[in-house]
Amino acid sequence: MESPRNDQELQERFRHKVGLAEMLKGGVIMDVTNAEQAKIAEEAGAVAVMALERIPSDIRKMGGIARMSNPGMIREIQQAVSIPVMAKVRIGHFAEAQILEALGVDFIDESEVLTPADNQNHIYKHDFKVPFVCGCRNLGEALRRIGEGAAMMRTKGEAGSGDIVEAVTHMREVTEGIRRLQMMRTDELMAEAKRLGAPYHVLVETAELGKLPVPNFAAGGVATPADAALMMQLGAESVFVGSGIFASEDPAPRAKAIVDAVTYHDDPARLMEVSMTLGEAMKGRAVNEMAENEKMAGRGW
Amino acid sequence: MTAPVGLLTLQGDYDKHRQAFAALGRETRGVRRPGELAEVSCLVIPGGESTTLSRLIDRVGLRGPLREFAASHPVMGTCAGLIMMSRELDGETPGDFGVRPLGLLDCTVRRNGYGRQIDSFTADVDISALAGRGDKFPAVFIRAPRIVAAGPNAEVVATHGNEPVAVRSGHLLGLTFHPELTSDLRIHRAFLDLLDRA
Repeated sequence: MESPRNDQELQERFRHKVGLAEMLKGGVIMDVTNAEQAKIAEEAGAVAVMALERIPSDIRKMGGIARMSNPGMIREIQQAVSIPVMAKVRIGHFAEAQILEALGVDFIDESEVLTPADNQNHIYKHDFKVPFVCGCRNLGEALRRIGEGAAMMRTKGEAGSGDIVEAVTHMREVTEGIRRLQMMRTDELMAEAKRLGAPYHVLVETAELGKLPVPNFAAGGVATPADAALMMQLGAESVFVGSGIFASEDPAPRAKAIVDAVTYHDDPARLMEVSMTLGEAMKGRAVNEMAENEKMAGRGW
Repeated sequence: MTAPVGLLTLQGDYDKHRQAFAALGRETRGVRRPGELAEVSCLVIPGGESTTLSRLIDRVGLRGPLREFAASHPVMGTCAGLIMMSRELDGETPGDFGVRPLGLLDCTVRRNGYGRQIDSFTADVDISALAGRGDKFPAVFIRAPRIVAAGPNAEVVATHGNEPVAVRSGHLLGLTFHPELTSDLRIHRAFLDLLDRA
């Protein structure tokens, strides 16, 4: 961790971080728990892997405190593949992030899937050279995280559920929020920033671009090629698949099919083809049958 | 009326290239299937993940058609695009991670040759052989490959220090950095010049 010396250095550093996020567009980032799974993911065409000790659906089952994974386990995965390796830290746990930066991971996910370490504050991400991705449920949350220095956003969805409904809700919230910004007069943007609790300069930039200033990916509940295609058509620029691959019956072909589904997300004939021969998807749990305290999306703000 | 500029839209930051060409008043069209190559005048292989690009190229049967296209049309590769255009990868057993370059440019490339993401950097590079005399180009290197050897058929057209960071062979151009991530359009313009000369 090394704070940028001046504004110019901060901006240049931020450009490198967002630059890597740009390279991951149109791809699939897969959760893996060991080197063997990481190789399956790479072989299937994943653009990156997320190294963690347990996939979210198992974190749900196990209970207890979910923390950053063991650095030794992450290093094994770094050595096994040539694609970027991401890893998760608890919300607000900047010391875990320092360790992952020292390990040379390519992206850090400040993730609600782990047990939060801070009830008030997220990590100040501009202080790091390694880029961060954060989850969001709506535009205000996305803009706050970008204000702190997140170089990539993703929907929170409901991790480990295998239920796509929350990812859809969150993606629609973000895109609808942006459409509303675009219809506003300049003199209305400050009031909207106040209403959303969002940093004004990031909100203005978003209004001008008509999209978030950093890539916006989908996560939380993707289990099938059709789920991936749905999220891409709703405006996601890439897709994270957590439990959906390695909690299914047929990880390798499913991983490959989801990669193809992202590339050809607007081609129903191709989607049909890649979906045809797959086995059972992960069983999953409907989000509307979960108790409030079982849901992960409410962690962070 | 010239056909649009083609962008290989299998995966990667092709939208940044689209924006650069739009700023130059050129229309682009995505290419994800072999037949679509007939609709474009030239092709950009964008930055992205080379393992992913390599697999998707083979899965959809684009390897042969891409090589054929490149024989008679301008092609530019940036970062992962250069890796795909190279002749050989350094320090990897062929088929190890399954990245199979297309062998369009006479150069040997080492993937992630400068290190991991935290080693990504920006540097001013000399592009006078490409874009004529002028200021250096603010080149963004993201987990960039390194050109470890350029063969007799590859002309070095940009250097950083003493190292080649871009090579050209006739109408084929490969860069280790990302001109599409900056607002400087000189390299995209130079690529269009290759098209207009072809």
